[in-house]
Amino acid sequence: MKLTVNGRTHDLDVESDTPVLWVIRDEVGLTGTKFGCGVGACGACTVLLEGEPTCSCVLPLSAVAGASITTIEGLSADKSHPVQKAWIAESVPQCGYCQWGMILAAVALLRRKTHPTDADINSAMTNICRCGTYDRVRKAIHKAAKG
Amino acid sequence: MADITVKDKVITLHKLVTVIDCGVAVHPDNIRAQLEGGMVYGLAAVLRGEITLENGAVKQSNFTDYPMLTMSETPRTESYILPSTAPPGGIGEPGTATIAPALANAIYAGTATRVRSLPLSKHGFSFSVART
Repeated sequence: MKLTVNGRTHDLDVESDTPVLWVIRDEVGLTGTKFGCGVGACGACTVLLEGEPTCSCVLPLSAVAGASITTIEGLSADKSHPVQKAWIAESVPQCGYCQWGMILAAVALLRRKTHPTDADINSAMTNICRCGTYDRVRKAIHKAAKG
Repeated sequence: MADITVKDKVITLHKLVTVIDCGVAVHPDNIRAQLEGGMVYGLAAVLRGEITLENGAVKQSNFTDYPMLTMSETPRTESYILPSTAPPGGIGEPGTATIAPALANAIYAGTATRVRSLPLSKHGFSFSVART
């Protein structure tokens, strides 16, 4: 099966029901995307599937073969994406585990709405953060929106 | 400090404020991050976090039956650090531990009802967040 990850197409020889999370981590070798709950509830495994934030832990490869996926590694080679810069400026991450999914969800939101309101952020940012960085996530999204 | 309104057992959370004297603030932004995060962590436990046992085994298994607070369920938080020349103290726990008494005392102040066990959900309280 073929899968395009961060612009590069991979030929994969795995079971078709393998969750995309494990394809990305074990076959493609990109470990930025994390396992959190395994049931699509926390968002630590978020990838952008054709630009849409999607939990990859419950997404079988067969459902996305031939599609294009962006992982956190695909945002930039040098942390230069505006959302990454905002995250650094606001010192958002604590333990960091949820942040890759959080960042991708924020990237997708800002592509849809260049200046999201707090209500937009509440609806779009469903990723769980046990460290409680939500206030800083919100500030970083507003900062990235200002440009 | 918990700024809330309570009506018919629905708690509307307006704001949570923590003030700390932790001695010399070696890294103030880290201290604020710990307090902000601690408030959210503690709030989740106070509002609805409960581990129950059935036949000796923990019933809860994942975020689906032990829900965390999400962005939309988290009120505004503010944190303040008092200036101090005392030796630096710990900052890992105070933000979490003080939320339960702050919220319970705020409920008492508003309703004259004492909450004597947690989480609040088992006393019929639900909550919403006011975002100003």
